[in-house]
Amino acid sequence: MTVATDRDDRAGAFRRARRRDARRAFALALPLLAFLLVTFIAPIALLLTRGVQNPELGQAMPGLAAALKSWDGTGLPDERIAAALAAELPKAQAEGTLGTLARRLNFDLPEFRSLLLKTARRLPATSDNWMAALAAMDERWSKPEVWHVLRRAAIDPTPDYLLAGLDAKVGPEGGVVSAPAGEAVYVDAFARTFWISAVVTLLCLLLGYPVAWLLANLPPKPAGRLMILVIVPFWTSLLVRTTAWYVLLQPGGVVNSLLLSLGIVSEPLALVFNRTGVLIGMTHILLPFMILAIYSVMKGISPVYMRAALSLGAHPAVAFLRIYLPQTLPGVGAGCFLVFVLAIGYYITPALLGGAGDEMISQLIAIQTNQQLNWGLAGALSAYLVLFTLVFYFIFNRLVGVDRLRFG
Amino acid sequence: MTIERFTGKVAGAALVAGLCLAGTARAAETISVVTFGGAYEAAATKAYFEPFTKETGVGFAKEAYDGGLAKLSAMVEAKNTTWDLIDLESNDAITGCDEGLLQKLDLSALGDTSDFIPGSITPCAIATMVWSTVFAYDSTKLATAPKSIADFFDTKTFPGKRGLRKSPKATLEWALLADGVPAAEVYKVLGTPEGVDRAFKKLDTIKKDIVWWEAGAQAPQLLADGAVVMTQAYNGRISNAVKEQGKPFVTVWDGQVYDFEWWGVPTGAKNGDAAKKFIAFQAKPEILSQLAKYIAYAPPRTKAVDLIDAETLKGMPTAPANFGNAVQIDVPFWTDNFDALNKRFTAWLAQ
Repeated sequence: MTVATDRDDRAGAFRRARRRDARRAFALALPLLAFLLVTFIAPIALLLTRGVQNPELGQAMPGLAAALKSWDGTGLPDERIAAALAAELPKAQAEGTLGTLARRLNFDLPEFRSLLLKTARRLPATSDNWMAALAAMDERWSKPEVWHVLRRAAIDPTPDYLLAGLDAKVGPEGGVVSAPAGEAVYVDAFARTFWISAVVTLLCLLLGYPVAWLLANLPPKPAGRLMILVIVPFWTSLLVRTTAWYVLLQPGGVVNSLLLSLGIVSEPLALVFNRTGVLIGMTHILLPFMILAIYSVMKGISPVYMRAALSLGAHPAVAFLRIYLPQTLPGVGAGCFLVFVLAIGYYITPALLGGAGDEMISQLIAIQTNQQLNWGLAGALSAYLVLFTLVFYFIFNRLVGVDRLRFG
Repeated sequence: MTIERFTGKVAGAALVAGLCLAGTARAAETISVVTFGGAYEAAATKAYFEPFTKETGVGFAKEAYDGGLAKLSAMVEAKNTTWDLIDLESNDAITGCDEGLLQKLDLSALGDTSDFIPGSITPCAIATMVWSTVFAYDSTKLATAPKSIADFFDTKTFPGKRGLRKSPKATLEWALLADGVPAAEVYKVLGTPEGVDRAFKKLDTIKKDIVWWEAGAQAPQLLADGAVVMTQAYNGRISNAVKEQGKPFVTVWDGQVYDFEWWGVPTGAKNGDAAKKFIAFQAKPEILSQLAKYIAYAPPRTKAVDLIDAETLKGMPTAPANFGNAVQIDVPFWTDNFDALNKRFTAWLAQ
């Protein structure tokens, strides 16, 4: 009896001590967690919620928004809705919310901005038939599509930005319709982004694997020197390296001058402002991530397995393929994951080295954020980017295991 | 505590105290100004900022940006505007005013404004200069000199790559001009779906010869590197490359697309009053005319143009010899249609 109690006491004390340690460790990590929350998680969450928020119409014209929600959306709306628009338009203009609303509506229908501002300027004080009065001011008010855009703008939260990010929208009949070929941009851009990232990942793997092997198997002194060649570019600013490639690759640049003077080519090769330039630049910039990830795994592989395989009579190639290569796969997986995920967010390198057909999704997000102020669409596109990254993370975790992600 | 550590701490404390003092001293008499940077900022410093500081003692903290209202919008939303004075493009000046991102200005502070070019004064922003999108070529690389926008699109007579800004703005106007649309009718044509098709069809003819640039400084660089034989560019960038670096560049004024550049005061600016005083100060003809000494952008009022010497005037967008076939950028058109046309443009680029 006493022995058992003693053991229970000891176990309890041990558990308490464990809990205390865990609490202390957590308290030590608190500043970091708070930092991450403020500088990383909260801004991203805020941006992503922008992708479904649709507050402009509700804020500028709450009465109209409520009236539009009760409308079935077929044909033209009734007088009640037109009157609500006419009643709240001057108010919104006086409060200064009309400009924001006009910009918001222009995202969905070109020239809606000027239509709304023009209507606000010329609106008569009273009318017994607002529908007719609006149509008399500008015939666009008698088009159902104008009212359809208003009705969609009254729905908050909205799926419209997320649909727009996939080149689709809700049609007048309520079903989802795809954008016509000339206006579809984002699906292609996502596909292009993934394709470029995949090719860059493959190039990094082909170039990086032998280098990582050398680093892991050379004697310490030459390995250290070689490591400097990997690390120094890694520490150099991305912009500097991109610009350096621009200087090297341009038609009158170092590479082309050399090829011309050696007589290898008769006229300058197009190495920049096209896909070639993007792939060269991105591969060079991301290569250290691949090398270091593979190197860290190779460094931990004991040479005895290879020796054993060779001494048992395996051909070196077979021994490499069946003994060495499988042991490096966690490093290969980690390197590919890092390079691919970093590549899909690339922005400066494709902008400077790419041509017309090389726009990656980040460049389009930047246009929506900086030029168009369409933060809803920017949020939706970013949400897809985060979602795809999570999917790749999940796949990577399943194939390799995230606990094996080591670096350097 | 060793001596080194002690002196280190004292030095650190003194530095912190010094920075704090400097901070408070500056905040009282500094206008935080944001411009497009580069050669324009340097010119504005000499022509506007330094004389203003001399007269009033108010200094400037300069920052560069790439245009667009995104940052300003975020600042106003967060109720923490750190800019006092902002250098604006036309569409931003108009949208910013509509959306309450810019303060209304007291226009009476400008005095007599009858000699301002029509449209160069708005409730929230005052134009400070006229700039233009033109094209330029390297005279050492081309045997025959291109003379018109049509030549820019003529890859048979003038083979080689062309630089264009990666934007539908000015580019679509040029495509129509090159296709024979008169300057006065460009926006009427571009306002129709057929007109847009026509512009893209014309662009198709040189698509494989285009090198796209994004930042204004890239254009003269592309030309200098020989990456292109001619390029679209902002006129001041080309004239500066000629003047300061002696580059053999020649500007072609035919079909220039010109626009105003504006000063505005953001909502919630901490030194907004000083910024407004500065705007009235720089609008004086004798100050406005100074800018032309440092960069080839023209003042928006005739009284200031009169003060500029004939030689300098020749390189200005508004000089009679250059102004023949000029298109004034239609700001309301682009505010309405940029998104739709840019989408089409992006899709066209990727085709």
